[in-house]
Amino acid sequence: MHIIESGNVAAASGVKLAKVQVIAAYPITPQTPLTEKLSEFVDSGEMDAQYIPVESEHSALAVCIAASSAGTRAFTATSANGLLYMHEQLQWAAGARLPIVMCVVNRGIGAPWTVWNDHQDSISQRDTGWIQLYCCDHQQIIDTVLQAFYLAETVSVPVMVCYDGYILSHTYMPFDIPEQTDVDRFLPPFSPAYALDPKQPANLNTVTLPDVRPDVRGDVAPGYMEIRHNLHMDMRAAITVAADIDRKFEDIFGRGGNPFIEPYRCDDADFVAICLGSLSYHLRDVVDILREEGIPVGVMGLRLYRPFPNQAVRNALSSRKAVIVFEKALSYGNQGALYGDIKSALYTADNRPIVHNYILGLGGREIKTHHLEKALRESCTAPDAIGDTPVWIGLKM
Amino acid sequence: MTTTSAAKTTILNLPEDELVHPGNRACAGCGLSIIYRIGLKALGRDTILVVPPSCLTVLQGLYPIAATQLPCLNVTFASTAAGATGILGAMRAKKNETTTVAAWAGDGGTSDIGLQALSGACERGENFIFICYDNEAYMNTGVQRSGTTPQGVITTTTPFSGKAQRKKDVPSIIAAHGIPYVATASAAYPLDFFDKITKAKTMKGPKYIHVHTPCPSGWGFHSRFTVKIGALAVETGLFDLYEIENQKFRLTGASEKLIGKKRKPVKEYFKTQSRFKALTDDQMADIQKEIDAKWEGYQQVA
Repeated sequence: MHIIESGNVAAASGVKLAKVQVIAAYPITPQTPLTEKLSEFVDSGEMDAQYIPVESEHSALAVCIAASSAGTRAFTATSANGLLYMHEQLQWAAGARLPIVMCVVNRGIGAPWTVWNDHQDSISQRDTGWIQLYCCDHQQIIDTVLQAFYLAETVSVPVMVCYDGYILSHTYMPFDIPEQTDVDRFLPPFSPAYALDPKQPANLNTVTLPDVRPDVRGDVAPGYMEIRHNLHMDMRAAITVAADIDRKFEDIFGRGGNPFIEPYRCDDADFVAICLGSLSYHLRDVVDILREEGIPVGVMGLRLYRPFPNQAVRNALSSRKAVIVFEKALSYGNQGALYGDIKSALYTADNRPIVHNYILGLGGREIKTHHLEKALRESCTAPDAIGDTPVWIGLKM
Repeated sequence: MTTTSAAKTTILNLPEDELVHPGNRACAGCGLSIIYRIGLKALGRDTILVVPPSCLTVLQGLYPIAATQLPCLNVTFASTAAGATGILGAMRAKKNETTTVAAWAGDGGTSDIGLQALSGACERGENFIFICYDNEAYMNTGVQRSGTTPQGVITTTTPFSGKAQRKKDVPSIIAAHGIPYVATASAAYPLDFFDKITKAKTMKGPKYIHVHTPCPSGWGFHSRFTVKIGALAVETGLFDLYEIENQKFRLTGASEKLIGKKRKPVKEYFKTQSRFKALTDDQMADIQKEIDAKWEGYQQVA
């Protein structure tokens, strides 16, 4: 069924279709309408879930960690400082291998206070052991929420579904709400290998020693390092799993084909702009303008940021003359995080394109099409003139 | 609902089922090891535990060996009550109405870093039992002061003149949430603790039990005196055993028996432990006066 609704409602509709059993959330802008919608679904009886209005984001994820450990499908959502307040719990959820799904409605972080959009919140959590998926439109939000549960539960790694605050969360767009019967065909019920159970007692997340250690039967159990190595290897395996899930999703719902990177006019492009989230759609307009001038340029939206699909990125970019990375976040004192990741992926390529980095839109600074156009034109027409340091777009002082 | 006396358990009818394996990692004379063993007997096998970092994390064993026979979720320091909330949510989702969810945290994990989550869970009316074992400092990290460290106590972060501030009254803070059951207990009176858990299990909503738990290495006494010192805290009227059941306060057990009786001077308790060595006679006299005034209040309501 096609409806016109906000990005937050698209996310909430995905959560409902996924038959989440436990939801915990704390209010923060611009995530709030998503969890308000979920409480509406639960309170009206439309959705059979436990909605737990906790007293902090730290506790929101604590509830999900425990609910998931006890064998139920769990969901939360947050933004900005709420996500940062979860930082300890993010690592705990990943280390405990719990397939929690969380929507991160991207917003800049204080200080100073900002409520507007950028990507510093989720990018700053990239090394927590969570899978990160980014969405460009409302259809992708609802579809990605459904795929996220499948992915999380297949590899036992939690997933963040990231989408731009306001630009997607609060704008209205048409999108298709899948049929419940199709979703049930796509997403089986959550059946964990172990769930907390008095009939099968286990002590979870205990102190683990630097070395391996035999259990009471004499069988050697992994040490901390083996446990963490498994997390890394399963994160890497998630790249293949994400591609499989994309195929299965396409079979049922007719949408898919680009699990890692969504390209636009890139087939013959010597120059490729790349970014996360809705900005890639904004850049499509800019690409169209430059194409009319005869500049062979395209744009790619990166959907899977962690685990980083190095091979797909290398394949997509190594034959280009220049790659232009637009970012709404940065690793302070160095460069954009995505910029570093892309350069790293291209290092082993036979042909290494020039890579540029533009930082823009921090704290909701308006991104003007003509700013993007100017930057991209400069990168395409004089790629050698731009160095290896990030160039800031839209600074007024 | 009326206030009822807890059914009295004796050493003769205490359940024989042992849910804690012998040979765990607790220190010699550990007050926690007494109440953990007895407390788990009261909770029974149909229980899921939630434990933040604390001495209990160590007592329960290092992976892959566990000292407990109950399922247990180890959670981050600040999130004990929220973890219990999540398990309860899952139990409701699975239509499990029988399993007891019990959080078991130290005084730091309860009254300092864990207070926000505990307050939130109490306000939401979560159906759990929260047990705080209060050994009056951060013992697992090496005896640093906590919110429940009493005034004057030497710890590794109040090394010479002792803690300047008073002990935080956590049971009163929790009772102010209006939850159905708040009780105190002591490792020196494990059967009283057993009965309080048993009673808590019959009630719906948040139940909070605060257990005074002597710690030989942190308090500076010989490991053979754990029970004696715990009892002395009660006999001097310093730490009182009570219940607040549906907002009604009453003293229980050994404290109830002190009403109208002469209590031992609190100085006797202080001189048994090296942590009190910075307390001056004047400070001890002031504390004695506070205890006397508190008990004056108890006699009037009794």
